[in-house]
Amino acid sequence: MSLTHRLRVYWLILRTSMAERFAYRSDFALGTLFRFLPIITQIFLWGAIFRTMGSQGGADQIAGYRYGEMVAYYLMAMLARAFSSMPGLSSGIARDIREGTLKKYLIQPIDMLGYLFWYRVAHKLVYYFVATIPFTIVFYLCRSYFPGWPDAGQLAGLFVALNMAFLLGFLIESLLGLIAFWFLEVSSLLFIYMMLNYFLSGHMIPLDLLPAWAQWIIDFLPFKFLAYFPCALALNKYDHVRMMHELSIGAGWIVGLLILNRWVFARGLRRYGAYGG
Amino acid sequence: MNLLLVRNRHAPYHFHMSAIEVRNLSKQYRVYQKREGLWASLKGLFHREYKTIDAVRDVSFTIEAGEMVAFLGPNGAGKTTTLKLLSGLIFPSSGTATALGYIPWERHYDYRRRFALVMGQKNQLWWDLPAQESFRLHQEIYGIDDQQFRRRMDELVSLLEVSPLISRPVRELSLGERMRMELIASLLHSPDLLLLDEPTIGLDVVSQRKVQEFLKFYQSEHKITVLLTSHYMKDVEALCSRSIVINQGVIKHDGPLAEIIERFSKEKVIQLQIAGEVPADLDKYGTVLEAKAPRIRLKVERTRVPATLSALLERCQVEDISVQERPLEEVIAEFFTDTTTTPV
Repeated sequence: MSLTHRLRVYWLILRTSMAERFAYRSDFALGTLFRFLPIITQIFLWGAIFRTMGSQGGADQIAGYRYGEMVAYYLMAMLARAFSSMPGLSSGIARDIREGTLKKYLIQPIDMLGYLFWYRVAHKLVYYFVATIPFTIVFYLCRSYFPGWPDAGQLAGLFVALNMAFLLGFLIESLLGLIAFWFLEVSSLLFIYMMLNYFLSGHMIPLDLLPAWAQWIIDFLPFKFLAYFPCALALNKYDHVRMMHELSIGAGWIVGLLILNRWVFARGLRRYGAYGG
Repeated sequence: MNLLLVRNRHAPYHFHMSAIEVRNLSKQYRVYQKREGLWASLKGLFHREYKTIDAVRDVSFTIEAGEMVAFLGPNGAGKTTTLKLLSGLIFPSSGTATALGYIPWERHYDYRRRFALVMGQKNQLWWDLPAQESFRLHQEIYGIDDQQFRRRMDELVSLLEVSPLISRPVRELSLGERMRMELIASLLHSPDLLLLDEPTIGLDVVSQRKVQEFLKFYQSEHKITVLLTSHYMKDVEALCSRSIVINQGVIKHDGPLAEIIERFSKEKVIQLQIAGEVPADLDKYGTVLEAKAPRIRLKVERTRVPATLSALLERCQVEDISVQERPLEEVIAEFFTDTTTTPV
């Protein structure tokens, strides 16, 4: 397949998937709105914690986070999750394998992972289209919590980091889905992954709050790029050198996971051909 | 034999004689034996027992380009497994096959562009979008140029009488309408080989007929090779002059369907219309199917038909008489349950 042909195919997948998503736009808008609910409880919770600490004459910050930064952290984490979360990707792949709908990727001249990737890009684009307005309003209202605009270099880094979060989120979840070639039912595995991800990505609490040994382990895992890393950039926690260092580690993860995905997919198809179909 | 010079991108020019050639193809599945009970399930976590199932056993056949052949057999006979092998979804345990000169399970993109597989129970269209959008996606995936795409789509849409429906979301269509859309989607790239797995399953009589008529017309018009599986005798009788009958993974018959009756039906049905009483000792002539004056129906061994007829003509006052073959469904059903039949 020539590159231009491939691009045309992916462009159409993108457009078609977007059309499909817009069929459910009201469900989408509602979903976006409710995404803001958990963060409000977080803001109240941390407000209470910081007030208690203040009234007892304690420090006004936890691990370098003042109240405002804590709120900003959760807002940014939500933004990062909007890039890195992949609802239904793993379970969709697992279902395709289990129910045999995988067939269409083996019969038609199209690559499954490429197809799913562009389908997901379309999902995200539609989501951002719908979610931009509520996100802008919330970020504008909460602007005083942020430490101010990052410089141009950091903004560029943030932009890359968010896209990296998307790529890593996709690659991790597709890899999990491909496990279904061996274990048909992966839902409990996915549940464990979701819990780990919630904790290890920094979605639940900033990773700096964890003890040093835990941070040491987390540094060897890709999950921090799914939420914590973009937040740290937006809150000016990293200088440019550290930022570039982290970005290159993230890029390494992307390459590694991409190769792993391809390998597992090829092995899985071989197994599918031998046992399943 | 139809000699075709096929250009394959990987193998240089080579002579290719048939659309499908299958030699000694076998496929075994290893299935996990689940035991009943909690204790057995726990043991199963550590030590698994497997059972080998022969889905297809040493199957050979050849299909020429432009033929339309039916694959006939009960559920679990190995029809779908053979189609899956030919579409490259699974690898064989042993044996070889080529389709259009390609080895299917290599899943070469050139092969993928030249065949189509339609499964009656599987959906390849986008559920929430009009079928038209899925067709457009197929156009891009298969790299069909605009003019050809439009011409083929117009042809297929009008043949299958679905023009008002292609802009309606697929989820709003009936099963019959959806099946017709599936057919369009899989024929847009004008495949040389069409594999159909139970194309009319679950359809009402009208839709079944429409699909049959369409397939017949399309095949004769475009001279493509079609291999279809079915357990509906009607499909097979209407469409294919040649049937490969498979049961328990083994080919039992390959040829015109009518031959099955001659080969495997040892009996015929004699039907009489008589005036007067039905003879009491009727069952000495054969199996009595019906014996209520004025009608008598008897199942009689082929070889004894003439003798029985003359005996009955002598004894009864016969007003009308006919000798019939048994219905195809009945013969085949018997044939399928009879596992001792020697393979062809």
